[in-house]
Amino acid sequence: MDLRGVHAGMGRWVPDGPAPDDEETPVPATDPRSIRNFCIIAHIDHGKSTLADRMLDLTGLVEARNMRAQYLDRMDIERERGITIKAQNVRLPWRVAGAEYVLHLIDTPGHVDFSYEVSRSLAACEGAVLLVDAAQGIEAQTLANLYLALENDLTILPVLNKIDLPAALPDKCAEELSNIIGGDPAEVLRISAKTGEGVRELLDEVVRLVPHPAGDPDAPPRALIFDSVYDVYRGVITYVRVFDGRLSTRDRCLMMSTGASHETLEVGVMSPEPVPTASLGVGEVGYVIPGVKDVRQARVGDTVTSAARRAAKALGGYRHPKPMVYSGLYPIDGSEYPLLREALDKLQLNDAALAYEPETSAALGFGFRCGFLGLLHLEIVRERLEREFGLSLISTAPNVVYRVDLEGGREHVVTNPSDWPTGKITEIFEPVVDAMLLLPSEYVGTVMELCQARRGQLERMDYLSTDRVEIKYVLPLAEIVFDFFDALKSRTRGYASLDYEPAGEQPADLVKVDILLQGEPVDAFSAIVHKDKAHSYGVAMTQRLRELIPRQQFEVPIQAAIGSRVIARENIRAIRKDVLAKCYGGDITRKRKLLERQKEGKKRMKTIGRVEVPQEAFIAALSTKQGPGSS
Amino acid sequence: MWGGGTLGGVPSALPAGEPVPADGALPERARESVPDTPLGLYVHVPFCASRCGYCDFNTYTFSELGTGVAPDGPPQSPTLPSGAGPGDYVQAAIVEMGLARAALGGVNDPLVSVYFGGGTPTLLPPGDLARLLDAARDLFGLTVHAEITTEANPESVDERSLTTLREAGFTRVSLGMQSARPHVLSVLDRQHEPASVGRAVSSARAAGFDNVSLDLIYGAPGESPADWQASLDAALALRPDHISAYALVVEPGTRLARRVARGEVAAPDDDDLADKYLLADATLEAAGLGWYEVSNWGRPCRHNLGYWLGANWWGIGPGAHSHVGGVRWWNVKHPAAYARELARGRSPGHGREVLDPQTRRVERVLLETRLAAGLPLDALPPAWRAGASAVVADGLADPAALAAGRVVLTRRGRLLADAVVRRLIGD
Repeated sequence: MDLRGVHAGMGRWVPDGPAPDDEETPVPATDPRSIRNFCIIAHIDHGKSTLADRMLDLTGLVEARNMRAQYLDRMDIERERGITIKAQNVRLPWRVAGAEYVLHLIDTPGHVDFSYEVSRSLAACEGAVLLVDAAQGIEAQTLANLYLALENDLTILPVLNKIDLPAALPDKCAEELSNIIGGDPAEVLRISAKTGEGVRELLDEVVRLVPHPAGDPDAPPRALIFDSVYDVYRGVITYVRVFDGRLSTRDRCLMMSTGASHETLEVGVMSPEPVPTASLGVGEVGYVIPGVKDVRQARVGDTVTSAARRAAKALGGYRHPKPMVYSGLYPIDGSEYPLLREALDKLQLNDAALAYEPETSAALGFGFRCGFLGLLHLEIVRERLEREFGLSLISTAPNVVYRVDLEGGREHVVTNPSDWPTGKITEIFEPVVDAMLLLPSEYVGTVMELCQARRGQLERMDYLSTDRVEIKYVLPLAEIVFDFFDALKSRTRGYASLDYEPAGEQPADLVKVDILLQGEPVDAFSAIVHKDKAHSYGVAMTQRLRELIPRQQFEVPIQAAIGSRVIARENIRAIRKDVLAKCYGGDITRKRKLLERQKEGKKRMKTIGRVEVPQEAFIAALSTKQGPGSS
Repeated sequence: MWGGGTLGGVPSALPAGEPVPADGALPERARESVPDTPLGLYVHVPFCASRCGYCDFNTYTFSELGTGVAPDGPPQSPTLPSGAGPGDYVQAAIVEMGLARAALGGVNDPLVSVYFGGGTPTLLPPGDLARLLDAARDLFGLTVHAEITTEANPESVDERSLTTLREAGFTRVSLGMQSARPHVLSVLDRQHEPASVGRAVSSARAAGFDNVSLDLIYGAPGESPADWQASLDAALALRPDHISAYALVVEPGTRLARRVARGEVAAPDDDDLADKYLLADATLEAAGLGWYEVSNWGRPCRHNLGYWLGANWWGIGPGAHSHVGGVRWWNVKHPAAYARELARGRSPGHGREVLDPQTRRVERVLLETRLAAGLPLDALPPAWRAGASAVVADGLADPAALAAGRVVLTRRGRLLADAVVRRLIGD
């Protein structure tokens, strides 16, 4: 999937001429034996972009850098959050000992929410450069991607970057790397992407060590989609790696997961500008424009084949994206609801993992219940809606998906706490994740304490070196979607890193806690929490609301309840004074304007029963980091 | 000083509005109201010996104006910026009265009230106040029973000065007492000692004033309910004809606001203020001073009633507000700018608003609801009358009065008067 937004205005995909005609310009097939497909696995700030730049320099594709610089300027959200920018999938010519090679550098997104996309990028490669900052050592996210690469049987080239830094500890880091992937620490390449030192040798090593692609050139074509983006001029552009046969503009293409066929408008390679070609052969990496206008019709992980000569079996590993975290998104100004719908429709063109459906809340009005791959995905979508579409939104506390078994054998899937079944429940299942934490050994105690408090089960603990530890926990997803990462960072002074992947579900003793104002439930505040934490959630939420909701002319009880059982209660005392002491000549205009403002403000009030609650109170109560999972 | 009784009220922040014509001319529609509407004059005297920590009124100490000296009497220092001193002020105020006379037309329209507020009007020599009143009398005339008030600080008057004022035609004195408790006066930065209020009242009586008012403030940091009761009792012991009692408001930009923000003193608490209001009402009613406006008890101030009943009044002086026939305007704030405009023959008006009928209805509701006489139901358009029944149902207005066609606040309703107004105007 692509997080970057539609490519409007970037000019790259403005049609600039027809694809070359096969008969006039026969394209020499690239011999698979001269192809090397590889990616770079690295943590944010460990120098991946700089290394990619240096490779473009060395291979003579300098102008690409300018393009990328422009490109980066548009990616505010990713840059602010330090998410890896996809550096393009670039075809690099390289010569070793007089022989010509074609290197394909395939980029990978760098966040845990998008581990599936990462796995598809890795599946398109035979090798991976494991790039580690020699001053910082390996991070959890990198380690997670490394494990993915190993599962995909990729050849790993361990590389230490930033060896020019005074703080670099290359020997220690090399030792750590060889402890993880085996091999001799002396074989770990040492480079400086900044100065270019060692990069030429690295490219030579890619040629020497990464296996060339192997496939059947005469079989029906099979190509893996590892990225799919929407472009306003061309519709969906898919980035593919061909495994067998040949993809050509002469054949209609067919998506094997949907069975739908589309006209093949164009195929080509990235050099680094898109260059149309007549076809793509075994081992080649390039793009296909299938003439569809929605990325859901050409999803990452799907196999492209020819409609006329259809492959019998798809490449393995396709997975339909499944939302892991749900949240309600509501416009602060109710009249912006149609704009929100339009904006979500547009985002979905480019984000196959985003799911949404209309939802109505008594407290917040009309909005959408949206499904996301994870919290970061949620935040990115929310920020894009606000920045690119100018919307002001409230999002409800994120929740995970629960499976509830009811008496009589019925099963209920809950994506919204409001839909929690009322019947007799026999068992509840919650999603769990395998979490991997990397941290300096001095923080082991405090981190284990945190994981314990979040109902984690310790799986294993390994020392990567004398002072770095890898800990694996099984944690309920619900326990980490709120503030776990922040808590982890603050307890370890920022030194711990975290990665996780879905690991099925577990039975759990969960309850739904409702928050009631004057006896009326406020749907936006209902939460599913573990039985042991229900009370503390109830107390925290009622106290917070007591502070946020202005006093009314009557006393307002705020209760937290499980079913009909009240577990916490606060009172908002009745307001006793609401009058201006003085109202003389000079005060009248001021007073009237205040009245007009109050009347305006009333329009932003939601009425729960008889209680008037300013929108701001809901926002403040919902925007806090503290969620039902924390205590 | 405490602008308490200040009808002009003159808050320091001016609203936004349209420009006032250079000659101060009024729209035809406003002028038409003049013959049939009582006219009052407010004279804002923008000087104080020192600024109190809670005060955000348009007032200046002499050191702020550049003399650096604030003796008992008004200084006439040559270092004052041109036009900013008391002498220039009196001159300019009289010029503005002439401008008012012209703008209101030549009809016979004597003043029903004149009110000198501030600031501290009695920082001016009594002769200056007399000159100002004489000028108003010459230009407009006064009705037979015209009410002529000046605000005064207890320590700024004595029997001699009060006698001069009484002889010049003043009929009423409003003294800024605020509290009988020294620690409360101190937290309010008031300069006088409690005993000076008694002396000032005696002096006023001796000078022949039969209408004396006291201003009180409740809810100051550190004031206990017993302190407040003591202040009420002390005020009543002086047998005033009228008492204004105001909840302390922490206005933005004041020294008090900064002290609250820094946590040096506690902000007034609404529940405490409500308790003290009820205490005041019970004590004053028992002493025979009935409420006639939310913060006022006793013999009504006719000038102030003008504000609440939609009369016409012209506010003279820097930052003063005026109202004539649905047009409200306000003067430039600084004494020097005020004097300069008038010296150039221009209106000192800084901005104005011409109210449309709907806005005038809203203002009528918000003002008359504050009065014991209440708001006549026929002042409410039919669509708003449901609100009147609702406030009665909530115990905020009197059912018998409603049956008689008026919205009259209950005691609890007075404490929630703003909420009642919002309900009445159909929020």
